[in-house]
Amino acid sequence: MAPGSEEITLKSNSRIHRVRRFFGPSMALAPFFIFVFLGLGIPTIAVVYKAFQGEHGGFTFSNVHDITQGVYRLGFENSFKLALLSSVIPGVLGVFLAYAILTAKSNVLRRVVLAASGVFANFGGINLTFMFIAALGTTGTLTVWLNAIKLNPWHYGFNLYTFSGVVFVYMYFQIPLMVLVITPALGGLKQSWREAAENLGASSWRYWFHVGVPVLLPSVLGGMLLLFGSAFAAYATAESLTTGIIALSPIQIGNFINGNVISGQTNAGYAIAFGMLVILSVTMIAYGLVRKRASRWLL
Amino acid sequence: MALRKIKTALLAGTTVASLVAVGISAGSVPAGGASSANWAKVTHLSKSGSSSMTALVAAAKKEGKLNVIALPPNWANYGTIIKDFSKKYGIKVNSVNPDGSSAQEITALTADKGRSSAPDVIDVGTSYAVTATSSHLLAPYKVQTWSEIPGALKNSNGYWFDDYGGFVAIGCNSSAVTTCPTSFKDMLTETGANGYKIGINNNPTQSNSALAAVQAASIANGGSVNDASKGVSFFATLNKNGAYVPVIANATTVESGATNIIIWWDYLQASGITPSVKGWKVIVPSDAAVGEYYSQGISSSAPDPAAARLWEEYLYSVTGQNLWLQGEARPAELAYMQAHGTANKAWVAKLPALPKGITPVYPTTAQITAAATVVGNTWNTQVGSGA
Amino acid sequence: MAALGGVEGAGTLASLSEKSPALEEFSSGRAKKRRHFRWWRLIVMVLAGIYFLGPLYAGIKFSLEDIQGGFSLRAIESIPSSPGFSAAFALSMRITIVTVVVSALLMIPTAIYVHLRVPRMRRVLDFVTVLPIVIPPIVLIVGVLDASPLWVKSSPYLLSFMYVILAMPFVYRSLDAGLGAVDLKTLTEASRSLGGNWIKTLWRVVLPNLRPALMSALVLTLALALGEFTMASLDLWTTIPVWIYQFQNASNGHVQIAAAMVGLVGAIVLVTIIVSLDRSRSGRRKMSTK
Repeated sequence: MAPGSEEITLKSNSRIHRVRRFFGPSMALAPFFIFVFLGLGIPTIAVVYKAFQGEHGGFTFSNVHDITQGVYRLGFENSFKLALLSSVIPGVLGVFLAYAILTAKSNVLRRVVLAASGVFANFGGINLTFMFIAALGTTGTLTVWLNAIKLNPWHYGFNLYTFSGVVFVYMYFQIPLMVLVITPALGGLKQSWREAAENLGASSWRYWFHVGVPVLLPSVLGGMLLLFGSAFAAYATAESLTTGIIALSPIQIGNFINGNVISGQTNAGYAIAFGMLVILSVTMIAYGLVRKRASRWLL
Repeated sequence: MALRKIKTALLAGTTVASLVAVGISAGSVPAGGASSANWAKVTHLSKSGSSSMTALVAAAKKEGKLNVIALPPNWANYGTIIKDFSKKYGIKVNSVNPDGSSAQEITALTADKGRSSAPDVIDVGTSYAVTATSSHLLAPYKVQTWSEIPGALKNSNGYWFDDYGGFVAIGCNSSAVTTCPTSFKDMLTETGANGYKIGINNNPTQSNSALAAVQAASIANGGSVNDASKGVSFFATLNKNGAYVPVIANATTVESGATNIIIWWDYLQASGITPSVKGWKVIVPSDAAVGEYYSQGISSSAPDPAAARLWEEYLYSVTGQNLWLQGEARPAELAYMQAHGTANKAWVAKLPALPKGITPVYPTTAQITAAATVVGNTWNTQVGSGA
Repeated sequence: MAALGGVEGAGTLASLSEKSPALEEFSSGRAKKRRHFRWWRLIVMVLAGIYFLGPLYAGIKFSLEDIQGGFSLRAIESIPSSPGFSAAFALSMRITIVTVVVSALLMIPTAIYVHLRVPRMRRVLDFVTVLPIVIPPIVLIVGVLDASPLWVKSSPYLLSFMYVILAMPFVYRSLDAGLGAVDLKTLTEASRSLGGNWIKTLWRVVLPNLRPALMSALVLTLALALGEFTMASLDLWTTIPVWIYQFQNASNGHVQIAAAMVGLVGAIVLVTIIVSLDRSRSGRRKMSTK
């Protein structure tokens, strides 16, 4: 019997009663759903509607058709690749960092890092780009120091203005985001479990493999999904770092909706947004399946 | 039971919150412009009567405010222009989203319609003005000096009219570079770590100064303003040489050393870079002179229609045009003013000289759109590595 | 675990989940493991320090220089006295407070209710709360402005509304993880059986156990409301990030970056203070059964 369902007595199993039983207690969630519908549902509907509108009104597939070709298709592929790399790598690194912070003794350090994580997770755009250019550009302060000890990264193929450069810079707000998201879950790893495992003779590896990872995995996966979405939709940082030499969907949306050149084609921008919606929805479904798989394996 | 209490509390709380929100917002919605509606329909001033200049000034003062959008203070001297207009007529100028793009201005016209903070006037790329006209977002109006604006620089019905423009120029940090390039061809010479670090102001599918730079490069490379592909391959070569820095280049990137050469509008370099970088030289390249104007328009749903029209009259008066000239932009009426001696000679002299022997080119809206399409399709694959 | 029932146990659980002490607590036989762990943690912290502090240092260094290349505080000094700063600061504060309050009122009861009463809805809520990630903010705000009536658009608290939506995935995830880590049913039943009503139960039993989750959620919401730019600028409200952006465009490079650094460091300091306030108030106080 599902926990917490004692209040619902099984009087009748007819369909209407089952439905009512399911939705009845959920009525208290009405404010939440109304809020979400207003703030999320309506704009989404507006986006989807506009994606299929011609520039002068009227239903049309042409916008959506256009954005599955050529450079826009490349944009989707690049954005997907970027988001994938920018969610998995910082995701893993973020877990390590979060664990290192959480087990630190200093309260002050923990509080500052937590606050800084929140702020960095929302930091980006032209200022972040500037910081990186100032530090690791061809004449950046760190580059100059590293050059002095013959470890200039630019001489070893490092380039801030490429795809991998963008991933490198993205980590600046992705890792803190993961730290913030995973900290509550890490806090749930009870000390008593560790002690019990040790008492039963388990090594550190076995503890992590049999207890730690399974408990954390759903939260880690969930965190990575959030990171994926965040990287997929990120616009200002990539724009200022590469000014469009890498095809990315958010930048292309920006060209239409935010630009100074191509006028009168905003609905193409909405079509790209619609495409992004589709890709993200598919990703979410995949995530759901993986998570279901994972929980079945664990429990 | 208690859980029901929580449910009720939640619903009550949400209701109260929404009522509070309504109360707050109701309190903050000021009454719309109390000015007479007929100013919104006025298409030109008359010598006397209810639509004369005097009446306009009075009505604008009564409205008391003017909403402008996307006007950075150091862009073509807008900072001074706004201050001067405000002082002269006692009208408060609300400048929102100063770094906004033309697209955002057009979006604001529709999205903010009815708000008292909606834009009254816009200053956009010409192709946007054209689109806004066909979407009925602009009101027709001909300023008193209408005849002084060249025919190619305005819409015949008065829906939009060019205000100022400039040329694609090469700016160079002479203290960081041994020889400043004087043409696009020159830029291909110094490469590598100690060579040129060239930047443009943004992504050429988003920024029309960047697109114009590509068009200019195209002309310099044997193409034409109709065919931007030669321009794209020029930048591809630059990137391969390691001379192109794909960031949004501006004063900061020059000061930090990330770029030492910028291809940008001459007047924006004059106001944005020259004051902060000692030894910054701005010249129009000798192998291509591409010029473009921006356009003014009055919103058809302007909350302050009288102030909007007064603003336009001010901008197209000798004072206004000369202030743009002070910002080292070329005002639309410059040719007329020079012929009639009303242009400020000192400021005219500061404009970068047009190179001899080549005709300046002013891309039309159609050419810009065509170039944008070509660049949009090939920029990533040719200049970027396609990622 | 049975011995840790009741309200006392809740307090112990609270402090446990707060600190998650390291291996150092173990017997000396684990000395080797302790050292190994300490090294590993040191490496992680050092690498993270270089990566995060390096660019920050470069930015701050640039903002402390002036055009001639010398040391100068002029850039930073000119910021608080610049026109519009205090108005933007006040506006940002108002919007942030409303965001945090509405978010808390909306999300905390919802998450608790779902965990307690309708666990089947967890899957649905999981899905719904991830949706805000799916739409880029720039598209969201244009859609909202399109669909909103005038009286809504004229209020800056529309931004608060949207920020609550933007923060929803993270807030819900935090709360969900935190709620999953405690045995909510046992705690609430124990508290109720000891005579506490729902309010007391929530305030003194459930919420303290959610402290790390609440901290995470609070930090994220604060930082989001203080740092969000795209929506605020398109909605034509001059919040601090928008003000900084406008300020930057009117200044030379050093002042520009100084403004960005002030915004960044200022936000970190502000959020740290708020987080510390919360902890120091009820940190080590023992849970009483009164």
